[in-house]
Amino acid sequence: MLPYFNDTFGNPSSIYSYGQETRGAIAEARSKVASLINARDEEIVFTSGGSEANNFAIKGVAFANESKGNHIITSSIEHHAVIEPCKFLERHGFKVTYLPVDEYGLVDPDSVRKTITDKTILISIMHGNNEIGTIEPIADIGKIARDAGVYFHTDAVQTVGHIPTGVNELGVNLLSMSAHKLYGPKGVGALYIRKGTRLSPLIHGGDQEKGRRASTENVPGIVGLGKAVELAQQEMTEEAERLSFLRDKLITGLQEGIDHSRLNGHPVNRLPNNVNVSIEYVEGESMVLNLDLEGICCSTGSACTSSSLEPSHVLLAINLSHELAHGSLRFSLGKWNTEEDIDKVLNTLPGIISRLRAMSPLVKKP
Amino acid sequence: MPDPTSLYSEKVMEHFRNPRNVGDMENPDGTGHVGNPVCGDIMELYIKVNDNTITDAKFKTFGCGAAIATSSMVTEMVIGKTIEEALEISNRAVAEALGGLPPVKMHCSVLAEEALKLAIDDYLAKREKQDGENE
Repeated sequence: MLPYFNDTFGNPSSIYSYGQETRGAIAEARSKVASLINARDEEIVFTSGGSEANNFAIKGVAFANESKGNHIITSSIEHHAVIEPCKFLERHGFKVTYLPVDEYGLVDPDSVRKTITDKTILISIMHGNNEIGTIEPIADIGKIARDAGVYFHTDAVQTVGHIPTGVNELGVNLLSMSAHKLYGPKGVGALYIRKGTRLSPLIHGGDQEKGRRASTENVPGIVGLGKAVELAQQEMTEEAERLSFLRDKLITGLQEGIDHSRLNGHPVNRLPNNVNVSIEYVEGESMVLNLDLEGICCSTGSACTSSSLEPSHVLLAINLSHELAHGSLRFSLGKWNTEEDIDKVLNTLPGIISRLRAMSPLVKKP
Repeated sequence: MPDPTSLYSEKVMEHFRNPRNVGDMENPDGTGHVGNPVCGDIMELYIKVNDNTITDAKFKTFGCGAAIATSSMVTEMVIGKTIEEALEISNRAVAEALGGLPPVKMHCSVLAEEALKLAIDDYLAKREKQDGENE
């Protein structure tokens, strides 16, 4: 992608040869993205990232299909980039159903079927959950949506390039992705729009992306996304297997090594790179800071840094108590993680936890 | 210049890594309990008082880095102070002693101040009761 910052800087909308060169680079990236998800080139629209893709899909369908109905179905564990556009639409006269999930974070396809009314214009259910790693039964929901004639969108930011995301296999009309979740650059993503899907643009202006998304293209970003997708396609199967092994080793080790802990999310239908556990009597940020001091980076669903002080909506949706939600840790594994890294976490964390538990007023005195 | 790679000041991290006065206290003269699991911070502060002076303080905290550091700092600040002096300790003073706190973490210093006030209230109430019994 680097040459597209300096040497190949032509505007793809221009007819001079510099412009044509960048145009070709965008077309190539588009083909790579389409190929990864078994789509056609013209069904891919580049965006500024996953959030824009989600906003585009949800608001775009809502505003283009208002005459047909005003009801949207989504889940209670979606990313904020889905929940917030839905809340925005609620303030503009749309009705949104936020389906509950079970203790593993699974959406029940049958509950989707039962919630569809003649006013339903869109179903949006994420493919893989970013916090607890649960993979949703998208293909099953896809069949239900198709039978009912309702558009189906999936936020696949966590899954594209990591597990198969063929749009026909999943049965979706719209699919969001983000480059930096598959080792690409930040600030670029794409929305797959099945041919014939009616949706309004989010950004009006010039006729870039066939008028579906105005604004001069982020050429280096798009080229970077294309390259990331190409590499992911080559490595995906093997890498998913390798990461799943590391993931399961970490899960088993944490469960055996730390008493009063639990796995969050589904034990089997799970992203290969996601481990999320709750550890009783200790707060997440204090664990994250201690691990950081040992060179281990992870995150927590505790919300001590957010102004609301509310822990993650996903952890509360799977019925964790506030205390357990505040005591959550999420490890995201990647292509540079090794078995030694897993051992390091397993050797480091128990000591941190016993130190923190020694100062926790929640640990009952013997 | 604050370190842009760190959420917290050096002083906060120092107290977080090596908290002072952690633990239980046998027969404390005053106990303050604040917070709840919903907000994610729980502090318990215990004080020993001798001749109107706080001679010892201990804490137990479930919470983030700032919650642990403010608990540690407030126990350090309060030891050796008279009850009147201790009541003057504000949440800002605790935060300042730690080299400042990020705005979203100021509530942790409020919890520390509240825990201290409650511990002192508890002590004063106990003393009043005792005085009443002795009369």
